[in-house]
Amino acid sequence: MATLLSVDRRTFLKTSAAGGAALLVGFHLPARASSDPAQEQEKPPLNPLNAWVKITPDNHVTLILAKSEMGQGIMTALPMILAEELCLDWKQVTIEQAPTNPKIYDHGTGGSGSVGGSWLPLRQAGAAAREMLIAAAAKKWEVGTDTCKAQNGYVVHGHPERSYTYGELVADAALLPIPNFKEVPLKNSRDFTILGHDTHRVDAASKATGTVIYGIDTRQAGLLYAVIARCPVFYGKVASFDATKAKAVPGVRDVFQIETSGRGASTNGGVAVLADNSWAAIQGRKALEVKWDEGAAATESSEELRKQFVANAAKLGGVIRNEGDADSALAAAPNKVEAVYELPFAAHVCMEPMNCTVHIQADRAEAWVPTQAPQWAQGVIAEAAKLPPEKVIVHTTQMGGGFGRRYQADFVMEAAQVAKIAGKPVMVLWTREDDMHHDFYRPASYHKCQGLVDAAGNLAAWKHFQTSTSIAAKWSPKSEEDNGQGEFGTGATVPYKSPHIRIEYTLAHSSAPRAWWRSVEHSSSGFVVESFVDELAAAAGEDPLKFRVKLIGESRNIPQFGGGPGAPPLDTGRLKGVLQLAAEKAGWGKPLPDSEGRGIAGFFSFDTYTATVAEVSVRQGKLKIKRLVCAVDCGRVVNPNGVRAQVESAAIYALTATLKDAITIERGRIVQSNFNDYRMMRMNEAPPIEVHLVASEEKPTGIGEPTVPVIAPSLCNAIYNATRSSKKQIRIRRLPIRPEDLA
Amino acid sequence: MAITFILNGKSQTLTDVSPDMPLLWVLRDVLNMTGTKFGCGMALCGACTVHINGEATRSCITPISSVSGKKITTIEGLSADGTHPVQVAWIAEDVPQCGYCQSGQIMSAVALLAKKPKPTDADIDDFMSGNICRCGTYQRIRKAIHRAAGSPAEKA
Repeated sequence: MATLLSVDRRTFLKTSAAGGAALLVGFHLPARASSDPAQEQEKPPLNPLNAWVKITPDNHVTLILAKSEMGQGIMTALPMILAEELCLDWKQVTIEQAPTNPKIYDHGTGGSGSVGGSWLPLRQAGAAAREMLIAAAAKKWEVGTDTCKAQNGYVVHGHPERSYTYGELVADAALLPIPNFKEVPLKNSRDFTILGHDTHRVDAASKATGTVIYGIDTRQAGLLYAVIARCPVFYGKVASFDATKAKAVPGVRDVFQIETSGRGASTNGGVAVLADNSWAAIQGRKALEVKWDEGAAATESSEELRKQFVANAAKLGGVIRNEGDADSALAAAPNKVEAVYELPFAAHVCMEPMNCTVHIQADRAEAWVPTQAPQWAQGVIAEAAKLPPEKVIVHTTQMGGGFGRRYQADFVMEAAQVAKIAGKPVMVLWTREDDMHHDFYRPASYHKCQGLVDAAGNLAAWKHFQTSTSIAAKWSPKSEEDNGQGEFGTGATVPYKSPHIRIEYTLAHSSAPRAWWRSVEHSSSGFVVESFVDELAAAAGEDPLKFRVKLIGESRNIPQFGGGPGAPPLDTGRLKGVLQLAAEKAGWGKPLPDSEGRGIAGFFSFDTYTATVAEVSVRQGKLKIKRLVCAVDCGRVVNPNGVRAQVESAAIYALTATLKDAITIERGRIVQSNFNDYRMMRMNEAPPIEVHLVASEEKPTGIGEPTVPVIAPSLCNAIYNATRSSKKQIRIRRLPIRPEDLA
Repeated sequence: MAITFILNGKSQTLTDVSPDMPLLWVLRDVLNMTGTKFGCGMALCGACTVHINGEATRSCITPISSVSGKKITTIEGLSADGTHPVQVAWIAEDVPQCGYCQSGQIMSAVALLAKKPKPTDADIDDFMSGNICRCGTYQRIRKAIHRAAGSPAEKA
């Protein structure tokens, strides 16, 4: 069974230097799949090795790497990839967390990149280890390597069969040179016995028995707990505080201020209440009296932000893309289609609230962190502890959801600051209210789209203006300079052919913290692009699927607009493929009763193609989602069961953002606090979700995020279709959907 | 003041806990039994679900003083080794993703099946909607409950 343990770097290197204690094949994993792994292996390693396959004489195989399991299933998928090449039962592969190395700056789990980025390096490392074991066995038997075979954890040879376990070969294999990764033979996919097969996840049992230790379950000897009072207003600070009543609460040990740490970890300071247990800390904080210096952000509100959006949309934006002359084409046309779309801030809402446990001593520090970015965590702890990073050990724990929130270092910095003062192991725990109020939100955005379909049914012009509180502007050292390209993502690539395409962006100012939320900018651009093309189809009197297929045109590669050097092109054949698969499986075109409808959306994000058909009914103002039919092309599928789970997951996550509550701002603070006012999809509203996977031999691409962008538009397009016989056909352009929108 | 209750079949006496400290915090911070989870502190998410005298209860709003003399079962007490039929069904259906909500989900499901050995989908909706899953495992939970009940699922 795979577990996440930590390996002390010193012990680890001693073991390997002793020779004979392990066969170690090191390799390099990129943090993101957007870098081309084949190219990565070509280059001389700029970065040191950050992952290893280790085989020990007791026949244990360990995969040592720094990828965080947050529910997306990589603790199962990555050992499967290794085990296929290494020819053994994948359940024999244990995962251990790689030591954080301050010289490496790309340890991180995000961007749906783990399987795609690990695919080739992991196979090469597994194949290299396999060849070394075969070579060692062949040498011992004094036979040719071509007469030996690796299977099921043994190297075998001859009739009658002789065999060695891998463990028995380790001592000899460890003395051999590591083969060139570019030349090591990889298994033919025809021979795969593990990859592509439904596989039970390795951690189901531990998660069904409550034995997984999440960050918040860390229990070190002598552990103290702290909660932090933070100014509810963005960037607000402590003016003064009176701890008298707080200190009188039984169990409270100390109350002290921590300072703002600034832009890097993005914390604003506060007052920590340190106690024997987290209940006492929470009660102590309730009794704490703090006067806040709220600062300039106290005037911000969602209402004021929307006025900015509207004003920005009335003016020319910064031009990001301009082919042809969309403005002229649109100006001349009496039948242009125009629509304004609005999306709110969204919160991550991991079920396990933020937390971090740190112990700082004079010469070392140790931390237990549910993190997607152990490198960054190590760096901020080192900064707070005033220690060199090599003296900071970070144990990455399992986490109750990540969704991009745990990529941040704010909750780590605060815990390190508290631990430095306390001098003992301390867990800084966040309540649900803390977590809701001090998130890094998906940006709020406002989009104005204009388009034109000509008499022949072609897309004559496409114009997309966006104004938003961009992520880049929050983090930019030049404070608030951002051309906004990052807020479109693949939404700027526009698979629909047109001679006139114009994309504009204007930054709107906000003090609300923003960062990466599941599918990031695609959560907004997917809704906008796939809603607007649907509106164009309706204006042209065309079936939404036929219209899309026609406008996408022939199968070809479109370069990703604004994509980096390694960015794969958008393969329109694969995009049409998922649209058509979802449509076919949903029975697209079959008649539906009155008040029932279907809507479709397809999108390319994280190098993966997804489409969804939503089937709904709208009766007396009530929406019921009958089912979602999802199609996915994520290249070669490692674990179909795992991929289906991620599609189901992203769909429910996106439905919550589409149907429930917005994050709003009043007087410079987040209004929502808990699940009473930022509600979640629950069992009684969860529709059946069907998932269909394209059988592909393309290289594996991401799946944690790519279904999110197609859920809102397919749902809203379905609502439009369902209301086709109503007096007023309902077109949703603003999320989340409100009851009055359906009346 | 001393409070005595039966926890997973064993008698437990606590002295020196504040009577208003909720059971959830007693379990997690005093007894270091972290299988029961903190999710919201307001009985809105179900992550803290335990059984008190067989009833599914949100331990985050249950003051420890109120459990005096009662039988408490937590996720740790369902089985020694994950072999409770509901746990077996959960594992067979690969229900968990991040897994954080799953202790609460399972405790609610066990209580449901005790009341309704062959629950309908409507029963599942009613009983399980107090348990939030942010990873969206609902349809697998539903399937696992039907599996544990030994009945074919109503929905596909």
